[in-house]
Amino acid sequence: MEGTFAEQLREFLTYANATFLLSGMATTLVLSVSGCVIGFLAGFGLAAVRKAGGRVPWIVRALVAVIVEAFRRVPFLVTLLIVFFAFQLAGGNVSVLVVGIVSVSLIATGYLSEIVRAGLDGVHPNQWDSAIVANFTYLQTLRYVIVPQAWRVILPPAFGFFLMFIKDSALASQIGVVELTYVGKVLNNKGYTPALAFGSILVLYFVLSYPLALLGRYLELRLAQAKHH
Amino acid sequence: MPKLSITNLVADYASTRVLDGISLEVENGDVTSLIGPSGSGKSTLLRVIVGLLKPSSGSIRVDGRSIDYDHADDLRAMRDQCAIVFQAYNLFQNMTALQNITIGPVKIRGRNPIEVRGEAMALLEKVGLADKAGSYPDELSGGQQQRVAIARALALRPRLLLLDEVTSALDPELVTDVLDTIRMLLRDHKITMLVVSHEMGFVRDVSSRVVFMAAGRVVEVGTPAQIFANPAEPRTRDFISKVRTL
Repeated sequence: MEGTFAEQLREFLTYANATFLLSGMATTLVLSVSGCVIGFLAGFGLAAVRKAGGRVPWIVRALVAVIVEAFRRVPFLVTLLIVFFAFQLAGGNVSVLVVGIVSVSLIATGYLSEIVRAGLDGVHPNQWDSAIVANFTYLQTLRYVIVPQAWRVILPPAFGFFLMFIKDSALASQIGVVELTYVGKVLNNKGYTPALAFGSILVLYFVLSYPLALLGRYLELRLAQAKHH
Repeated sequence: MPKLSITNLVADYASTRVLDGISLEVENGDVTSLIGPSGSGKSTLLRVIVGLLKPSSGSIRVDGRSIDYDHADDLRAMRDQCAIVFQAYNLFQNMTALQNITIGPVKIRGRNPIEVRGEAMALLEKVGLADKAGSYPDELSGGQQQRVAIARALALRPRLLLLDEVTSALDPELVTDVLDTIRMLLRDHKITMLVVSHEMGFVRDVSSRVVFMAAGRVVEVGTPAQIFANPAEPRTRDFISKVRTL
């Protein structure tokens, strides 16, 4: 495909290409959102288990620690391949998208669990004392006293992670998940100039992550103003 | 029957024996004060009583009933009767003064929020902080925070109130406020109290009995008059003479 940039652009802007790009963007969105949501919920749960001390058997806490550390230390791509081959071994006929979602959720769980734990640890121990002597259960203490105070510590790094995570979901293309980066590669291979193929996915990544960055900034600002919530 | 009865209580912390066979009794309606040099185990004793630290051996009885500190139901029952005010106030930082007082009765004990709110406002009134109901702890002075903490403890209607060096973290000019608040409470309510304090004048005024502790043991027990004017043990005499010259 030769010609001026304007001609190339005209050829690039077809309905088929647009839907292809948007479907890739949707897949990236699904991967990121499910990773962040599942990862945050599971990470929160694991952090709460690790923080529970003697209320949970030590073997459970140790197991949780091992899982969290493992998924934080193993490269994203390796986790992806392990999950991929684990599903193959299990013999289930599972789509690569599901493999991708499971992988990103595991990785996000590991990272977010540590972010949440740091937030819980940041609350002064005397807050626990007051709650315990007033007969708060562990979960009541977390809910009414600790978590409301931990948010301010948790939110900034959590949003930093979410933003990074949108980009990292591109690795799922390695096992054949047709997400945004994969779409860019396909378009490039079809002969569109890299400036258009990768330029368009760059814009779409920005469209995905910028609103999230704004939301994060807004929440941080609100937390800073209303010091107590 | 004594409200609280402690027998041969031993507690270790980081392989140090902090309580070395404490025995003492707190009678119903009495104010019992624990005095003694820093590190004698007074605050540790209070923390063991409310179950924030585990005893190594010995027994604690409330109303004659022995508390098994490994048993969640026992701990719960004991904490339902017993409230503690801490040296560093330990107010919930994410809640207003009023919320600090109401959360226990409402969320933990399931009492009627409107009724509890009324009681909480009355308590704030009593400790002179009705106008601070909507303030957060970091908007209050240390003395004000401690008075909120006292109101919070009272809202739990404790049968036994533990005060753990409640004025030690305060600026000197705020100490009187808090001590006057406690004096007033003692006038209006007959609450059984176990008090750890370095304020000797206060201890002398309010206590029915004074317990002098040193190195994790009870050295001497007596009325304030005995302990302050006529201590029997040399160690007590030594301590009293030192605090008096301050």
